[in-house]
Amino acid sequence: MPLLEIDDLSVCVSQDGTDTALVRSVSYVVEPGETLALVGESGSGKSVSSLAVMGLLAKALKVTSGSIRFDGQDLLALSAEEMRKIRGRDISMVFQEPMTSLNPVRSIGSQIMESIEENLGLSRADARARAISLLKEVGVADAERRLKQYPHHFSGGMRQRVMIAIALAADPKLIIADEPTTALDVTIQAQILDLMARICRDHGTAMILITHNLGIVARYADRVNVMYSGRIVETGTAREIYRAPRHPYTEGLLQSVPRLDQDRSVPLKPIRGNPADPFTPISGCRFHPRCPYVAARCRAEVPAFENGVACHFPLDPAQKEAV
Amino acid sequence: MSALLRIEDVSVHFPVRKGVLQRQVAEVRAVDSVTLSLEKGEAFGLVGESGCGKTTLARTVLRLVDPTSGAIWFDGQNISGLRGKALAPYRRRVAAIFQDPFSSLNPRMTSGQTLREVLKVNGYPGDIPARVAELLTICGLAPRFAELYPHEMSGGQRQRVGIARALALDPELIVCDEAVSALDVSIQAQIINLLEELRVKFGLTYLFIGHDLSVVRHLCDRIAVMYLGRIMETGTSAELFDTPRHPYTRALIDAVPAPDPVGEEAREHVALKGEIPSPLDPPSGCVFHTRCPIAMDRCRAEVPGLTRLGGHHAAACFALETTAGTPAKKE
Ligand SMILES: Nc1ncnc2c1ncn2[C@@H]1O[C@H](COP(=O)(O)OP(=O)(O)OP(=O)(O)O)[C@@H](O)[C@H]1O
Ligand SMILES: Nc1ncnc2c1ncn2[C@@H]1O[C@H](COP(=O)(O)OP(=O)(O)OP(=O)(O)O)[C@@H](O)[C@H]1O
Ligand SMILES: [Mg+2]
Ligand SMILES: [Mg+2]
Repeated sequence: MPLLEIDDLSVCVSQDGTDTALVRSVSYVVEPGETLALVGESGSGKSVSSLAVMGLLAKALKVTSGSIRFDGQDLLALSAEEMRKIRGRDISMVFQEPMTSLNPVRSIGSQIMESIEENLGLSRADARARAISLLKEVGVADAERRLKQYPHHFSGGMRQRVMIAIALAADPKLIIADEPTTALDVTIQAQILDLMARICRDHGTAMILITHNLGIVARYADRVNVMYSGRIVETGTAREIYRAPRHPYTEGLLQSVPRLDQDRSVPLKPIRGNPADPFTPISGCRFHPRCPYVAARCRAEVPAFENGVACHFPLDPAQKEAV
Repeated sequence: MSALLRIEDVSVHFPVRKGVLQRQVAEVRAVDSVTLSLEKGEAFGLVGESGCGKTTLARTVLRLVDPTSGAIWFDGQNISGLRGKALAPYRRRVAAIFQDPFSSLNPRMTSGQTLREVLKVNGYPGDIPARVAELLTICGLAPRFAELYPHEMSGGQRQRVGIARALALDPELIVCDEAVSALDVSIQAQIINLLEELRVKFGLTYLFIGHDLSVVRHLCDRIAVMYLGRIMETGTSAELFDTPRHPYTRALIDAVPAPDPVGEEAREHVALKGEIPSPLDPPSGCVFHTRCPIAMDRCRAEVPGLTRLGGHHAAACFALETTAGTPAKKE
């Protein structure tokens, strides 16, 4: 049974009496222990769709359709209090900027211990012992001393380790990591992602890894959802998607990035135009104004999501292989 | 070939002051003894992690920061001592493009007004409206963009206006500080291609700063890798990426995952240990020794100079002195 099952999820924002869809009929599953990546450009709905799972949508946003089942429970039917318990114990989140999610005026130790005491019901002394072992596990040296320090005593990479320790406090089944290393330097990014991968493997934790970096997806994810303008346009294993993308947007993304493992004289093939803004109405397929293969049907009809791709004319992997 | 820009043994140290008397209590060695030359028409890349001094070096070249020591030569003239009016000719020949065009463009001016102002202030002799139209076209913007304000454009379009502004006075050198870093991949590719096209078309020279190794390698003919204010390794893109010789360069390349799941599975990567030390209190000897997997006693005591490795290739590491090359002489 999947750990998380999202079906037909739509999220809208209400502004000045009109509703605009930010997430459009998104469906996917996360199996226990797997790492699923959400990739896509800025504004494609990666964060909003994940915040919906956590029950943390901003006031102006609301779920307008669909269901979210986690471990057999319908999350959308839970009370705020029940949802808060799930967040502490079963699903936790790691954000891009740990400084904003840590309280600057409280010691690191009290913040980790609070999470442990609340969610596991441990005594103060046991919580302290667990906090120390968690900090050690995430690679914070000299954990006993560092418990007493405040967030500003930690570098960006160290703060992210602390956030991971807090996320791990109750040994959750699912971690949602929203651009966890985007603000960090490459060598620190590699340390943090290696750490998260090891933890997920050791604890059997599933992870939704949100990123716009196609290299990170290739190195760390089992499966990938590619999002564009609020929709999942393609889904598959990382290997399938990179070898033979079927949605023109996925193909475009892959051809846009310069790569170290390729001749530098290979010119980049950018996608024309600009990412679709959710507030701009676009008929048919929302990618059609940028699509190099656009046809009349694409302007008229919204493509259904079938066999892992939302496109009227998916690229043919067999054809690609032949070339 | 002749160097258009030569950065000669440049150091930039910022004083750190404290208390009511603003006494200097320490100094940040943002840039330490950096020597580089840029040939006319090449794209030269500067890579390194946050705080290693890339922007400070760029600002020194742009004469926004004074070097603590060393000199900057442009087209045969030492420009590091020039001030005020004497700098005007240099400022016309050198332009800059920054990361966030939103903060570098005036929010209350349309693209057209921004470009007209640059031309007017600098006494552009030709037909200004015609030049504005031409600049927009060169940067792939339709004429209607002249009427738009920064908030009415996307990030990529704003960056095109930023590039148009940089090109306005026909500069020879453009300093690009993280010029494509804030852009989405598909838009980043558009701007990278535009920058490449413009360099060829107008014979421009770029000092291109970035932290994305793949982008810098793609755009630049030669690259220098910085760490804590110092150059660790320099060479052509091929020399640096095909045969990296400095352990830091190797670690940087290793840290970048390729968009290729099959290759990534087969590839061994060992993440560099530890954190970047504070530039307020840099390690003794080789600044990299605290994180270096092959550090020796000597690395903790002495600062390694650049060792020539043939071609344009040079690296600052004692491990190389024993195996290959000769210490690079100061020219
Ligand atoms: N509270 C809000 N009110 C109005 N619009 C919102 C709100 N939150 C998000 N949006 C809009 O919803 C869309 C999707 O946003 P989301 O944050 O999910 O994008 P994302 O894919 O995570 O992008 P990024 O890569 O930049 O983080 C964007 O157009 C965004 O502007
Ligand atoms: N005006 C200043 N006064 C004091 N310190 C400064 C000043 N400008 C920069 N620094 C310090 O000098 C060092 C180098 O900074 P710089 O901005 O050049 O790094 P960078 O390589 O551009 O980093 P990033 O990748 O984050 O942009 C940093 O430690 C920075 O804090
Ligand atoms: Mg987001
Ligand atoms: Mg900088």
